Amino acid sequence: MIFIVVFFPFLLAALLPLLSRLFGRVHAGWLALPAPALLLIYFASLLPEVSGGKAVEASLPWMPSLDIRFDLAVDGLGMLFALLIGGIGVLVTLYSVFYLDRNKEALTRFYVCLLLFMGAMLGVVLSDHLIALYAFWELTSVSSFLLIAFWHHRQQSRDGAMKSMLITVLGGLSMLAGFLLLYLQTGTFSIRETIALAPGLPGHSLFVPAMLLILLGAFTKSAQFPFHIWLPDAMEAPTPVSAYLHSATMVKAGLYLAARMTPVFAGQAVWYTMLIGAGLLTLFYGSFRAFKQTDLKALLAYSTISQLGLIMALIGLGSVHSGSEGGLESMLSAAALAAAILHLVNHAAFKGTLFMAVGIVDHETGTRDIRKLGGLMALMPVTFTISLLGALSMAGVPPFGGYISKELFFASALDAWRHGLPLRTPVVLVPLVAWLGSVFTFAYSLRFILRTFGGRESGRLERRPHEAPAGLLLPPAVLGAAALLLGLAPGLTASPLVAPALASIHPAAAEAEMHFTLWHGLTTEVWMTAGVFALGTGIFFLQRRAALLRDPLPAPVTLNGLYGGVLGGMDRAGRRLTSLYMTGSLRHYTMYLFGFLILALAATAAATGGIAISLKGLAPVTVYEAVILTALIAAAAAVPFARSRLMAIILTGAVGYMVVLFFVVFRAPDLALTQIIVETVSVTLFLLCFYHLPALKRDRESLRFRLPNFIIALGVGAVMTLIALAAFSGRSFESISDYYLKESYRLAGGKNVVNVILVDFRGFDTMLEIVVLGVAAFAIYALIRLRLPQDEPREGADAREKEFRLVYEDVRSNDVILRTLAKVIIFIILTFSLYLLFAGHHEPGGGFIGALMTSSALVLLSMAFGIKTVREAMPVDFRLMAAAGIGVAVLTGVGSIVLGVPFLSHTFGYVDLPVFGKNELATAVIFDLGVYMTVVGITMTIILAIGRDK
Amino acid sequence: MELFMSLAVGILFAVGVYLILSKSLLRIVLGTSLLTHGVHLLLLTMSRLKAGSAPLLGEGAERYTDPLPQALILTSIVISFGVTSLFFVLAYQTYKKLGTDDMEQLRGQEHE
Repeated sequence: MIFIVVFFPFLLAALLPLLSRLFGRVHAGWLALPAPALLLIYFASLLPEVSGGKAVEASLPWMPSLDIRFDLAVDGLGMLFALLIGGIGVLVTLYSVFYLDRNKEALTRFYVCLLLFMGAMLGVVLSDHLIALYAFWELTSVSSFLLIAFWHHRQQSRDGAMKSMLITVLGGLSMLAGFLLLYLQTGTFSIRETIALAPGLPGHSLFVPAMLLILLGAFTKSAQFPFHIWLPDAMEAPTPVSAYLHSATMVKAGLYLAARMTPVFAGQAVWYTMLIGAGLLTLFYGSFRAFKQTDLKALLAYSTISQLGLIMALIGLGSVHSGSEGGLESMLSAAALAAAILHLVNHAAFKGTLFMAVGIVDHETGTRDIRKLGGLMALMPVTFTISLLGALSMAGVPPFGGYISKELFFASALDAWRHGLPLRTPVVLVPLVAWLGSVFTFAYSLRFILRTFGGRESGRLERRPHEAPAGLLLPPAVLGAAALLLGLAPGLTASPLVAPALASIHPAAAEAEMHFTLWHGLTTEVWMTAGVFALGTGIFFLQRRAALLRDPLPAPVTLNGLYGGVLGGMDRAGRRLTSLYMTGSLRHYTMYLFGFLILALAATAAATGGIAISLKGLAPVTVYEAVILTALIAAAAAVPFARSRLMAIILTGAVGYMVVLFFVVFRAPDLALTQIIVETVSVTLFLLCFYHLPALKRDRESLRFRLPNFIIALGVGAVMTLIALAAFSGRSFESISDYYLKESYRLAGGKNVVNVILVDFRGFDTMLEIVVLGVAAFAIYALIRLRLPQDEPREGADAREKEFRLVYEDVRSNDVILRTLAKVIIFIILTFSLYLLFAGHHEPGGGFIGALMTSSALVLLSMAFGIKTVREAMPVDFRLMAAAGIGVAVLTGVGSIVLGVPFLSHTFGYVDLPVFGKNELATAVIFDLGVYMTVVGITMTIILAIGRDK
Repeated sequence: MELFMSLAVGILFAVGVYLILSKSLLRIVLGTSLLTHGVHLLLLTMSRLKAGSAPLLGEGAERYTDPLPQALILTSIVISFGVTSLFFVLAYQTYKKLGTDDMEQLRGQEHE
């Protein structure tokens, strides 16, 4: 059940495109709403069980071989977050239905991303497995990226999305590294097992590195200084997203991680010093910057940064003592953690309210600029009331929830000072910075309300704003009411939510009293709050006069500048490095390939103990072979020196024919037959094509160009010679050839072993091979026949076209002898080619050879009578023939499946035919027929395509 | 014989590579052809030469030469025929469209 609920957002995200098409007239938000609603209801129903201290668990295998599972455990902390995700999810989805215009926005995409985020966030807070947690964590980064860049046509949206992605994913990777280091110490990925092993860990050399890496993950996600720079830019997202992800849920993932890991790292000086230090710094910096913002969303963004710092600092204060020793210290720790959890809830309530209120202001006035706004109180009274609820809670004014948690924060900070925390810095700084941060928090809350809603109308608005529709007002009103209720009736949250959450991260939770009340008596905290109000108000009114409180501080180096510089620098360095070797010259790339080939082969040879050359049992050299060899080497060596195209082509052809002779000598009749036909057809093609290419210019290339070529060529030649020597000298494995020789006739009924291997033993290879050939043929056809429109009006192209046309019309012999002979010979060749096809199973021959023979007959025909005549005499679509051939080959294979044997199993039998006597019939021959048709089709397609190009 | 064949293989490879590295499209295509010949002879030499009669069981011979390299080479011949044809046409169309067969002039532009 729990898995269905947890994966429900993902499921709905996958189905949403379909659903929104089915229910096209419904706003997609209504279709997405069931997901958060289900989460809220389901986790609320688990509340009694979990509050009783019992965790709900479930496990699903993911990668069992790596000990990676989806382990879910719903304990107090996870429950609290799950309820936040569901509850605020419902409100935000509802709000977005009225916020996003159905006719203007890509709603399906929006809600798919939002649901994706919802599921991912839920996975983060419920995973008991570190790797699963990491996976969901990164998924929140990705979905956040997609949501920030929702209006992707805007440059700022894309930049903001990129920044948040880079920073949070960097942190995520660092966190993963931390998890792996932890795993090395504990041998488990389970969080609860890790906590159980925690007392034995601190001595380990990897303990502190793991802690720091995990902290980096938490700090980047929760936008702690100096990683906060992504959060203000993330405000480019639509406001519902800002309200949900960038205030209430995703940015709290870092806090969640810190809280979740507290039982592991509590009591470690590095851990709590970092948390308190980063938290307080962020608190003060964020509130100071927030006070100066003129954009309402930016103000809220910096405010969020500051509040996240506050909670981070509280978690730090709460992890000074691990709590296992009991006594006053662990009570103080528990109190600080309880305050952290309470403030987390408060913040979600008031910040969600404020973001939605800003969204409404933006929606109704068309601007979020504080300098243009003012006097909205009278025009939008409901929005004003809602904003006031949120802002007062944020400012820490009684009787709001924010007041209670802020008092508790002061109390914890003061306790840290009074009881002398083992901190290296002067401990008095802790309450002092906390207090200063609160002063600015109060001041910017005041500014938010008074500048937007108070005062006179600025008159700089484009249109006169009206009160928003009820649908937009309801969700923030609910949250605003919650912000008030959290203060008026703190007991509502204390025992069912905060206490179980605390219990899951602190052992002394049971003894800690949850004394969340509005009035403690005249304690130091109350005086501090009074000071906050007084000084905050003073600062607010001073702002117009003091530049320090108004303008950005002049800084030689800004964090954003640093970020941009590093990014741009990496970009430039990467481009420079790449352009060093990616020169655009194919020759250079080929040189890298061959250079690597030489190195790889030589290195492997050296590493495996060199090359053993055995000269035993070599075949003797006869005079005949010596002559062929000499001719081969001479012809090959002469090619680079050839002065004319014709000479080069003929020399290459000569090499080919020498190879044919070698095939004959070395007992390879099939090869000899094939090669001699291919060579003939190739030379014809060469001559057809290269008639037009410019003449070879031998001396065009300088020595500087040729020398590296020469060295690399020599290297490849030398390495290949060594390989050849090593290859014939010894065998590492028993060859499979003996099996083929032995079984060829018994299993496949063929005596030509080479052919049997091709059509039977390795029939699948052959089938794919003819497909490759088919692809090549169609590529050639496309190259010649396709005319890209933009190619047409090219200068000089027409002149060249004409030149080609002239040449092609001449590709037709006037030789009477050739034409007369061709008429006769053509039938002999065709008959022979069919013989080759059918005899191939026993004698030299087969589909390939037969097909090439047929093609060469047709080539001869077209040379004698012209391509046009051939096309008229044989109105066959050769492309269709190729396709049909592949079809036959595949069908032969499929046929064997129908008969219940593996694909491409052949069978054979002996049949008495009326005229021919006893004959062997093998399905392999049908397969070979397919090969034959394909190869004829392809060869003729190629030749006709080239010849017909006019 | 195998020794000399190894040498011939090396020469075919060297000449083939040298041609492939040159500027002219025609030489490059011819180079791939020679390279293919080199590969074929290499495969053939690997299983020793003239170790028996042709792998046709009808011969009833005592020993046969290794049929496996022959099957490989047969495949390779046909494939390389297709590839070479493609090269031809590519080279020919390139020249027709761009008016040059010089690889150095055909190199990609920077920052594309």
